[in-house]
Parts: sequence; C-alpha cells; structure tokens
Amino acid sequence: MTSQIIRPYGDTTGDGRVQVSFTLPVPFGTLAERARAEGAALQLAAKMGLEPAMVVHAKGMGPDFTFCIVYGRVSHLVDLSQVTVTEREFPMLSSPEINRRIRGALGRKLVVVGACIGTDAHTVGIDAILNVKGHAGEKGLEYYREMRIVNLGAQVDVADLVARSRAERADAVLVSQVVTQRDAHLSNAREMAAAFGAAGPGRPLLVVGGPRFDPSAAAALGVDKIFGKGTSPGEVASYLVHALAPERGGSAAAPDPVSADVPDPVSAAAHRVTAGGTA
Amino acid sequence: MDAGSTVTARLGLDPAIVGQARALARRAGQPIVELARTHTTVSVERAVLRLAGLDGADDDGMPWVNRLADAVRETAGLEHGVALPAWDALLAGDYPDLAALARDAAAGKVKFRIPDGGDLDKARAAATHAVRGGIATIDTRRAQRDAMIRETSEPPKPWIYLIVATGDIYEDIPQAQAAAIQGADIIAVIRSTGQSLLDYVPEGATREGYAGTYATRENFRLMRAALDETSRELGRYVRLTNYASGLCMPEIASLAGLERLDMMLNDCMYGIIFRDINPRRTFIDQRFSRQVHARAGIIINTGEDNYLTTADAVDAAHTVIVSQLLNEYFGKEAGLSDGQLGLGHAFEINPEVPDSFLLELAHAQLVRELFPDAPLKYMPPTKHMTGNVFAGYLLDAFFNLCGMMTGQSILLVGMMTEGIHTPFLSDRDLALENVRYVRDAAGRLGDSFMPAPGSFIEQRAKEVLGEAVELLGRIGDEGLLTAIAAGTFGITRRPPDGGRGLDGVISQADGYFNPATEILEGTSPEGERR
Repeated sequence: MTSQIIRPYGDTTGDGRVQVSFTLPVPFGTLAERARAEGAALQLAAKMGLEPAMVVHAKGMGPDFTFCIVYGRVSHLVDLSQVTVTEREFPMLSSPEINRRIRGALGRKLVVVGACIGTDAHTVGIDAILNVKGHAGEKGLEYYREMRIVNLGAQVDVADLVARSRAERADAVLVSQVVTQRDAHLSNAREMAAAFGAAGPGRPLLVVGGPRFDPSAAAALGVDKIFGKGTSPGEVASYLVHALAPERGGSAAAPDPVSADVPDPVSAAAHRVTAGGTA
Repeated sequence: MDAGSTVTARLGLDPAIVGQARALARRAGQPIVELARTHTTVSVERAVLRLAGLDGADDDGMPWVNRLADAVRETAGLEHGVALPAWDALLAGDYPDLAALARDAAAGKVKFRIPDGGDLDKARAAATHAVRGGIATIDTRRAQRDAMIRETSEPPKPWIYLIVATGDIYEDIPQAQAAAIQGADIIAVIRSTGQSLLDYVPEGATREGYAGTYATRENFRLMRAALDETSRELGRYVRLTNYASGLCMPEIASLAGLERLDMMLNDCMYGIIFRDINPRRTFIDQRFSRQVHARAGIIINTGEDNYLTTADAVDAAHTVIVSQLLNEYFGKEAGLSDGQLGLGHAFEINPEVPDSFLLELAHAQLVRELFPDAPLKYMPPTKHMTGNVFAGYLLDAFFNLCGMMTGQSILLVGMMTEGIHTPFLSDRDLALENVRYVRDAAGRLGDSFMPAPGSFIEQRAKEVLGEAVELLGRIGDEGLLTAIAAGTFGITRRPPDGGRGLDGVISQADGYFNPATEILEGTSPEGERR
C-alpha cells in the first residue's frame, strides 16, 4: 500500500509541482504595468498555495487584461483516506454500450415518450435531453440507434400523455417542468403518476426532470426517478438502460453489480470525486 | 466577395462526374421547389407583414404579426395569403396602420374576407406598396454595407469567425467588440437554446437567454451599430451573423435584411434533422428566407458540419457533399449567387484514425474544387475534443493548417476548451494566436500543395464524390422527403408528416397573393425597381 498522504508529481516524488493559467483584469503595456501584473499573478499563486511560484509566461490581451501561465510548488497535501467517492445508483455508459445493452436485453428499440405537461411551454429541458442536437456537446436520446423517441412537445394533457404512451408502447415516459407557478410542477407530477397508476398495470418507467425538483423526492411524487438541474442526456440514457435493460443475469431493480468490480473507464470517470479537505 | 474562380484544380476531378452530381441534385430538389411554390406557411405570411412594417407585440409579448396572421387565418384562412384579407380590412376599416388593425383583429373585432373585383385590386396595390417599402429598406441596407466596406476595408480570406453567447445583449456587445479587436472578421451571436422552436420572434432588447441570446430585431440593430463603430475604429468591416432557422426562419431572414446582418445560418435540412421541425414547413420557409437573403446580399451558412457530429466523419463524408449540392441547388433557385453560398463542412475525423489528416485534406479540397466560387465555411473539431486542452490545441492547429492549404473562405476558430465551457477570454486569445501562427507560417502552402496523381488524397476525394453521386441518384429515385424519413442525413429519421410546425403549412389556393414573393421574384406587375 502506498502512502495515504500525497503531493502532485512534477518530475520527482513529492515535489508538489503544478501548472495553472489564468487571466487578470490588469494591463500589460508599460514596464511598470508588466511588473505589476506579474507581481499580481505571484500574489494570487501564493494565496492558492503555490510557493515558490514562477510566472513563465505573461501576455497582454487587449488593453485591459493579462494572461499568465504559472508553475509552482503547492504546499497542500492530499490525504487519500479522506477522499470520498459518491457513486450513482447506476453506472454511466457510452452510447455504443447503451445501444448494445438495449439490443441484448430487449431485442427491440427502447421506446421513450417525452413531454412538457400542464401549462409549461418551455420545451428547452425536454429538447435538450431528447433532440439529436442535445446539450453541452452531448447528443440527445434521439442519437441512440436503439431508442425510439416520441417527443410530444409542450402543454401536453396528462390524459393525452397516458393514451399516447400506451399507443406507442412506451418503456419510459420523460416529463419536463421548467417554468411553473405555485409548485405546479409537483402537483403535475403527482397527477401524472396517479393517471398512469389508474391506467392499469404495466405502466412505463416514469421520469421527471426540471430545475425546481428535489431529486430525492421520487417516491413522494409516485415516479421512478427525478433528475435535477444540469442533467446530461447521457445520464438519462444510462439510467434508462440501468432500469429497463439490465445486463444479462442482472436484475432491473438491483444496482448494477458489474460496475462495482470492473474498472470500466467510462463509469469510473462518471463517479463524482470530492476532496476531503486539505492539510 | 470572390470575383471569379481562383481555385487551382488539384484532384483531377472528372468534369462529367461533377456535372452529373449537379444534375442529380437538381432532380432531387425540383419536387421540393414545386412544394414550396405551391404552399405557404404562417411564418412566410408573418414575414410579409413584417416587411410591410408591422412591428411590436401585445402586453403578453406576442408579436402583432402573430396576432394579425392568426386572426386572418381564423376568419378568412391563409390559403390566399395574409395580404389580401389584411389590406382589404385595412382599407375598409380606414385604419391608420397595420398595428391598429392588428389590435382590433386580436380583440376579435375584425371580420376578414377575400376581396374581389375592385376591392381585390385595391388591396393588392396597397399591400404591394407597403411591402415594397420594406424591400426598399433592405436595398438601402445592402448599399450601406457596400459603403461601409469601402469606407473601412474588406478583410482578406480566410475570414476569422468567432462566437459570442452570453444571453444578455448588453454583455454580448463589449465581448463582440473585444473579439473583433482581437482579430475576428465575423461575429456570430449564438441564439438562446430552443428559440428555433418558438413560433414567434421575441421583441426588444433581451438580457436573459439559455446558453445564448434571443434573436430579436432590436438585438440585431444594437449589435450591428456596435460593430459599425468597431469597424470604423479598426478600418476593417466586421460582419455580423445570426440564425435564420427554426419555425420563424422567413421572419428572421426579413429582420436580418432590415437591420443589415451580413451572414445567416440557413441550412436546407438542419431544422428537420436536429430540431425535429417538419420537413415541409422547413423547405417552404427556407425558399422564402433565401429569396430575402439573396436580395439583402446576405451570405448564408449551411450546416453540413452538424452531420459529422452525429454520423462518422469518414463514413458520412459523402452525405456532406450531397447536402452541399442540394443547398447549392435550392440556394441558386431562390436567387442566391455563388458568392452568397457559405457551404459548411468540418474537420471531425477521429484523430485516432490512420491518415486522418490526409482524409481531412482530401475532403476539404474536394469541397473547395466542387464549389470554387462559394465562400466555404470550415468548422473546427468538436466531437473529438476530449477535455485534454493541450491535445485539443494541437488538433485545432491541424484544422487551421488544413483550412489554409485548401483555401477555405471562413474559418470558425476552434477553442481548445470546446465542450467544457463557453470560451474564456484567454481561450479565445490562444485560439487566435494559433490561427495567426499557422497563417503566417503556412498561409501560402496551398500554392505548393499538389497531391500526386493517383495519391491517397486524390483517390479518397474521388471515392467520396463517387459515393455522393450514387446517393444523389438514390435520393432522386425515392424522393428527398423519403430519404430524410429513412435517416439518410445525420442518421436521424424524420417523416414528412412528423415534427413541429406542420399545422402552420398551408396549401395555396388559386389566386394566392404574396407581394413579397412577387417583388423578390421580379414578377410584380407594378414593376421591379431595383
């Protein structure tokens, strides 16, 4: 077992050397201005724990800004025993893996029906998740060859949503609520869950999303999963596969056992790593 | 703008095959043009009202053009166009202007009808006169652009294209001016996510958007005025770009012409494939919007680069060529000149593919030779920018090199932080340093670049052209709408009756009248004055 206390590695164990770059809102014109800008960069570096530090490059960008590249030695220590890793209940999968899992588990396309319900006319959320265009450089669910997406758009009636989901034989229903008044997003979600419940057994997986939802309140609303602000299409796709297209031999309800012991680089990168304080 | 072709032929392309490709694109496109000629849309009709000077919105922010067009549709229908019933009511009710009519119409106080006899002639003449006013403004704006370029200067190609997108027009303006000072020749203001799906154009200056700034007439005006100021300071004309796409494509095109935008993103299939907008709606809206762009001297940018963000850039290379040929056919049919066809393509091949740079060179040179007079827009890598900013910087340098060697006209500047965040000031500065280095070091490399006959590059270019010809033949056989429904482009399947906005498509009745189209097509009986 290696030491639990580590430092960054430049070219020698324990040298603590790192590189950072940043921009300061100061001019870099005259000699005096340049000296002041570099001094400011060193002061920031010292406050960031880089000491000694060296401004290896500084450059004026327009009349008002200076770009700096700094190398230095951090005084901080990392205590590996204090690192906590928060795991999702499901692993993040790549798009080929998602397609493969659906083919393997369902042998047909996974059908997703999406909508904004109630009076909400803001389809920005559901479109970011469903449209090929996607969001923040990640393609939406339409991009996945093994999914069939039916995007009903805005202001969809709950009864229509239930009927259409049945007609399309939806595996999952995604509902987005972006702009609502007086907690209508909560009552809308409950109403939808109740309507699907009343429509009989074998209801689709119910997923709601939006900036005002509490992700831990799924059970209270009667839905299967809530996604909050900043959710990516890949997260939703990975969840759908986890819930609906389990690995052969796995079960839909249990957390995927594969991810726990196989160091799959995709799911490893998806774990949220939080630093447990500095020394 | 390019005057005559200066492109050196390097690939030994067979002119007969190139001619065949164009003929097949025409065959595939003609039925779509026929569809566009015989239909209209709510947005085309609203664009007519905008060109006639109707601006502003009701208290809920719904534009008066929407309120008036909706009211006409409810009582008289839009099968004859909005102009006849609207100007008939305007004259009959003795309204001072369209805004007054729109207010009454929105309150349900106006009963519209299709006039006949003398009333028909009067409505026609009045509508034509009003729309001619808007077209005259567009002509004036075009002349102003020419004058501004004479007063400042035309930057050399490739033009450097940079993006701003804060959501707040008053934050965008200083960023755009700073980008121009840093070296940008073209500023694009990214639109708020989802604006393409709004069936109205928001009004006024806006300070909030999702990952972009709303395209509004006032935002256009503010940004163009700011860039005029900067152009004068720099002695170099800085162009402004926005998006004529989505459900309001014809209206945005009209507003762009009225406020002297210089380039507009305007693809024939982007909205269909990536935004799930109904194919018919898109093609009808597109033809009108391109007629306006043609008149306004606006360069369109097409969106073929997007196909390569979903499909594989090697396997789908020929779909880019096919789409470019279709965009060229549709564009020219609508009146655009070669110099207005900013056909798009991209550097998106996986860098782990062997010979990836040779493949990029082959594709980029093929596009350059197929469209020698078009101001091609070349897009940087996005799909294979992994977050390793150092490797990304290198990839961007190769993109710049490929662009220089193959004489691309518009270079969208690649950011090493692509996909991580909207660019920092320093990201942009480093990106421009990259472009400058490559331009100064290798800007004339194209003069000495001649792939050997039978070389990998030449063979690859011919292979892609061959695949494009084959696909165009298939599209012509089965029909473009069927091909789109089958997922030919960007791997997404879009049936002709699916997607948003189909309810806004209207079949023209006998006697359909659109004064804007008549003026733009030069068939206005009152005479063409340009």
